[in-house]
Amino acid sequence: MKILIKGGRVVNPQAPASRLEPKSAEPALDAIMDVLIEDSTIIKIGKNISDANARRVDADGMVVAPGFIDMHTHLREPGREDEETIESGSRSGVKGGYCALAPMANTEPVADNVEVINFLNAQAEKYAWTHIYPVGSVTRGLKGETITEIGEFKEAGVVALSDDGRPVTNSRIFMLALQYAGMFNLPVISHCEDVHLTEGGCMNEGLNSTILGLPGMPAAAEEVMVARDIALARWTGGRVHVAHVSCANTVELVRRAKFEGVNVTAETAPHYFSLTDDAVKTYDTNAKMNPPLRTAEDVEAVRQGLRDGTIDAIATDHAPHTHVEKQVAFIEAPFGVIGLETCLPLVITKLVDEGVLTLPEAIAKLTLGPARILGLSMGKIETGARADITVFDPASEYKIDVNTFECKCRNSPFNGWRLKGKAVHVIVAGQPRLLDGRLVG
Amino acid sequence: MRWNRKDLLGIEPLSAEEINHLLNTAFSFREISTRPIKKVPALRGKTIVNLFFEPSTRTRTSFELAGKRLSADILNITVSASSVVKGETLIDTAANLEALKIDMIIMRHSASGAPHFLASHTKASIINAGDGWHEHPTQALLDMLTIKDKLGRIEDVKVAIIGDLLHSRVGRSNIWALTKLGADVRVCAPRTLIPSSLEKLGVKVYWDVGEAIRDADVIYLLRIQLERQKANYFPSIREYARLFGIDREKLRRARKDAIIMHPGPINRDVELASDVADSQNSVILEQVTNGLAVRMAALYLCSGGDIESEDTY
Ligand SMILES: [Zn+2]
Repeated sequence: MKILIKGGRVVNPQAPASRLEPKSAEPALDAIMDVLIEDSTIIKIGKNISDANARRVDADGMVVAPGFIDMHTHLREPGREDEETIESGSRSGVKGGYCALAPMANTEPVADNVEVINFLNAQAEKYAWTHIYPVGSVTRGLKGETITEIGEFKEAGVVALSDDGRPVTNSRIFMLALQYAGMFNLPVISHCEDVHLTEGGCMNEGLNSTILGLPGMPAAAEEVMVARDIALARWTGGRVHVAHVSCANTVELVRRAKFEGVNVTAETAPHYFSLTDDAVKTYDTNAKMNPPLRTAEDVEAVRQGLRDGTIDAIATDHAPHTHVEKQVAFIEAPFGVIGLETCLPLVITKLVDEGVLTLPEAIAKLTLGPARILGLSMGKIETGARADITVFDPASEYKIDVNTFECKCRNSPFNGWRLKGKAVHVIVAGQPRLLDGRLVG
Repeated sequence: MRWNRKDLLGIEPLSAEEINHLLNTAFSFREISTRPIKKVPALRGKTIVNLFFEPSTRTRTSFELAGKRLSADILNITVSASSVVKGETLIDTAANLEALKIDMIIMRHSASGAPHFLASHTKASIINAGDGWHEHPTQALLDMLTIKDKLGRIEDVKVAIIGDLLHSRVGRSNIWALTKLGADVRVCAPRTLIPSSLEKLGVKVYWDVGEAIRDADVIYLLRIQLERQKANYFPSIREYARLFGIDREKLRRARKDAIIMHPGPINRDVELASDVADSQNSVILEQVTNGLAVRMAALYLCSGGDIESEDTY
């Protein structure tokens, strides 16, 4: 099958600057072009391409970008298929502009052995709408005691390791995991939280937690763990990736470590550059996540970290929970918010429109950044590359309505927000998955 | 002014004017309890439910009596505190109560924000009788009434609140009420029991009790939960009593006529020496009496039966 994407602004993001600079380099390509796809490959990029045999996809006024990669998604399969499945999560992903998802390992059972990984791969083969790149756990049962069979994971296609949902508390175990994973060039994704400091907490510790009478989780709990992880990455030479950066001090620690040449990368999620803990003031459990929403200064620091390259990627930390689970007193509600269908509009509205990132820079955070970290040959629009392409309209403004979402759950603090930016066409390995905003399968 | 709120969820959302209106209404109701027949028909035909998810004989009894003095029908429901209360259950409970045509729910819950949740899911008026660490508005109102009685004003009164502010809804509600009404508020506790950024609420924070109560007009003690010591918030009950407990010796720093307040029940000789608790300075029992009047006012106003209050009090 041939597809011809006509007349869009093709943005092929540049590799993120290796040294931290106030602004990253110009994109490799940013021009009105046509893109011709044959089977699963991009075969031609240029002006005024015509091909009578190709299916024509109109991209007038739209941006043609590499397919988005979400390096931090909770798909809940196996174990909690009532919350999400590989199918529903990847449908949601396509709707949000994603061509690839990396599901976290904290399923039931945990993705801590190759059988679960093989099951995920088999399910993905049958039901997924996007590429699925599994993340294996660092330790068995997420217990933080014994490292998993990382070598076997690598063979099974695992792209990273993480006990996300919880930290690896024991520093020695974390160090060994970094050393061992280093042999396979796999990053260890760290959920940075000192659980003794956050025990019982349900929101950021600060003025708002004091007013609301809710037990707090201090930013220092994240900072302490990031500092440890950086020390161990420096010591072992292993690759640490800091998940969901939420606070100013984390940004500063990662910034300094990168300057020193430590092998550390970082991601943040849209809620950390869009919301402060003021969102908790109504005891809205949709604003309860871990790490928690922080202060305006933290939000500013996260934006600055995105701008100067300290933060390499934007991930969703898509964490579906059912209505019943969230309809409880704030302190009893589970942590997490959905994010696959709100990420792009938040990036456009809160980062691009507000001048934090240029459009090509923003695209890099959603594509090339995560591809580099996970070692995927994605994130580029080039002749010969696999045809994973997201076409989005950066200008269309609309009201977020969670009831139209493809994912199974509705736990979003952004419901009702007016935002700009929507995925229109998504092509996954040459297969159209979204055309004119509609799923096609 | 007129009262325009369906619910009384906390002091934080109230204006000084609204707080004064509640106090004025309470003041006019207080006289009812001195009559030979201690009952008025203000809420005749109204049904009120006392919905307590946490045991509290004092507050429940006070609300129950307040309702009865206003001729309302009162139903007491105590829900086992051990079971985790899901939102759906809470909504179901509210829906069932609504189906029985109740008018008002007085709610006590161990989770901060639980009454807010219920208030957004029911047409009935919700009165917060204490939620988690968050607020206990009628306690703060009865405290304001007591201070006004004793000192004639709240503005510029020097109040020292001493004790576990981290876990105290009484402390929070009182800070809101006192600062809104213009008092000079100092708080004092071990550093581990002061919540973050508390000074941003307009209070001064002290670790030294002597400093905190210097020239104070009001010394307000919060109850120390003895299990906090096991969680390492302070090294021992003994040390707490030595450093933060109010006894005759420490009391000398305050004004001679300073009043001693406590929301009860007291841990005698921990936060408050027994002889001080029973001294002339103590107004602890008057707080209880005022609690009744304040709760009558809250029930009356939230039921929609407002009268123009006299601003003379
Ligand atoms: Zn996490």
